[in-house]
Amino acid sequence: MEALYALVLGVLIASGVYLLLRARTFPVVMGLTLISYAVNLFLFAMGRLQSGMPAVIREGGQYTDPLPQALVLTAIVIGFAMTAFVVVLALRSLGEQGNDHVDGEESP
Amino acid sequence: MNHGLILPILIPLFVGCLLLLASGASLRVQRALSLLATLALLPCSLWLLAQADLGSVQTYALGNWPAPFGIVLLLDRLSALMLLLTALLALFALLYALRGDDERGRSFHGLFQFQLLGINGAFLTGDLFNLFVFFEILLIASYALLLHGGGRERVRAGLHYVVLNLLGSAFFLIAVGALYGVSGTLNMADLAVKVAAADADQAPILAAAGLLLLVVFGLKAAFLPLYFWLPRAYASATAPVAALFAIMTKVGLYSILRVYTLIFGSEAGSLANLAQDWLWPLALLTIAIGVLGALSACSLQRLVAYLVVISVGTLLAGLSLGTAEALQAALYYWLHSTWISAALFLLADLVARQRGVKGGDLVQGPALQNPHLLGGLFFFAAIAVAGLPPLSGFLGKLLLLQAVEGQQALWLWPLLLIGGLGTLVALSRAGSTLFWRVGRDQLDSAELDYGRLCACLGLLLLSPLLVLLAAPVLEYLAATVSQLHDLAAYRQTLQAGGGL
Repeated sequence: MEALYALVLGVLIASGVYLLLRARTFPVVMGLTLISYAVNLFLFAMGRLQSGMPAVIREGGQYTDPLPQALVLTAIVIGFAMTAFVVVLALRSLGEQGNDHVDGEESP
Repeated sequence: MNHGLILPILIPLFVGCLLLLASGASLRVQRALSLLATLALLPCSLWLLAQADLGSVQTYALGNWPAPFGIVLLLDRLSALMLLLTALLALFALLYALRGDDERGRSFHGLFQFQLLGINGAFLTGDLFNLFVFFEILLIASYALLLHGGGRERVRAGLHYVVLNLLGSAFFLIAVGALYGVSGTLNMADLAVKVAAADADQAPILAAAGLLLLVVFGLKAAFLPLYFWLPRAYASATAPVAALFAIMTKVGLYSILRVYTLIFGSEAGSLANLAQDWLWPLALLTIAIGVLGALSACSLQRLVAYLVVISVGTLLAGLSLGTAEALQAALYYWLHSTWISAALFLLADLVARQRGVKGGDLVQGPALQNPHLLGGLFFFAAIAVAGLPPLSGFLGKLLLLQAVEGQQALWLWPLLLIGGLGTLVALSRAGSTLFWRVGRDQLDSAELDYGRLCACLGLLLLSPLLVLLAAPVLEYLAATVSQLHDLAAYRQTLQAGGGL
């Protein structure tokens, strides 16, 4: 499972970086979203991958680490707010500059 | 447990929320609230400075959870000093904004308080993930403040700034996740213990995470390969916002100082002094590039923004030397450069207001209404920032040059001195264009506002004050440095909470 997980993260990050480098606001926003998905999954995996375990410490029983899940939750909330902001900013930029290039002008 | 520790976070938080709720209230009420809160930070940070100067590292366990398990706030001499620095800077920036700049967009005062919340929190926290959260708070407030006043240039600079910082946040999370995955803790003092005890197969992952953190903090601090966003963003921001942003690069530098003395410091076993080899050449190159940028700047605001880059390079050189004397000198220069670059941003705006559409552009423009007053202030600020006697820039640079020895002196001495000359050339070129190469006509529209002038003057006067009070300040800084290098004191914060 670890290998598959790592592969998925790699693909997500690679796609995200590719989209970021397109230098158009919409692909850039999508790229940032993909990267933040990958980062959230990575944080989650840092508590080690276990399936079917409760996130609560019980007498003698096995459990999965609850802290990364709390961290991911925080990161998701922050990431959501940031994405909303960047979308609004991108629209504003389109209105002000008349194109959707991140530099505000078409490259020659 | 000292509950006063959390006040610098709580005051801006509550007042910021209040200002959001009262966004329909008159501007007068908003201004009064914001000014009161910012004023309250001053005695609060002075008191915390006195507390920190007692010598022990104090912690505040949020929710009363003991140290390695819960989040702690950490007050030592360094963080107390940073709080005072921020409080003074914020006060003058706000005084300047009160004279009309806060009307140019909505919710200026609420955002200003949230920005202070983030900055104070970042200086106080003793937990790496909590540092991320406070970084995000100060960033999202800074995104909105940067766009305050609107306009094409601001949107353009803002988009770069936001996208870069979002990517930086992703890197931050990867680094934090990797550190947690290997060491199982996020408390900085506990991380220091775990990193020092790391075995050979954990060390490379910890090193990778540590260097990834350097990239993130480098983006905030704006040193060489990561500074390109800064000149445009700072030059296009409204003057009081740009002045407040003078502390933002210092938040990055503070995090570098904290993480690479505490976690990856001299006692970190195989990972000791992880970033040292990287920081030294980057610092030197940053100074060189900053000077070139200052020489080629086409507006006064952009020139000042490049002066910020130079000061970041100088400070980074001091940090990377690692000796007690160098660190002390760097911290002195740190205070000086923050206040003076903020004052220069305000002064640039005062000048630009009297030049109409020409603004701060370094081209021939209309005559100023108060050429002697503004020219005199510019001369004063230029002396301070270029590092000429008798002002604090000179003292800071002198201390730094004295602290460096051997091979490194061979690099730093010429670079800092020639860099200083370059700064002087750039500033005199700008000054002569702005004050002497002028047309005959004055613009009637721009009266000098004495409130704005006072705010700018107040920041400028902190420089001679720093010189007059050099002895007690340096004494405090020496104590700060010795506390930073005494890691046992930080480890004790874990035992106090029942951890370890």
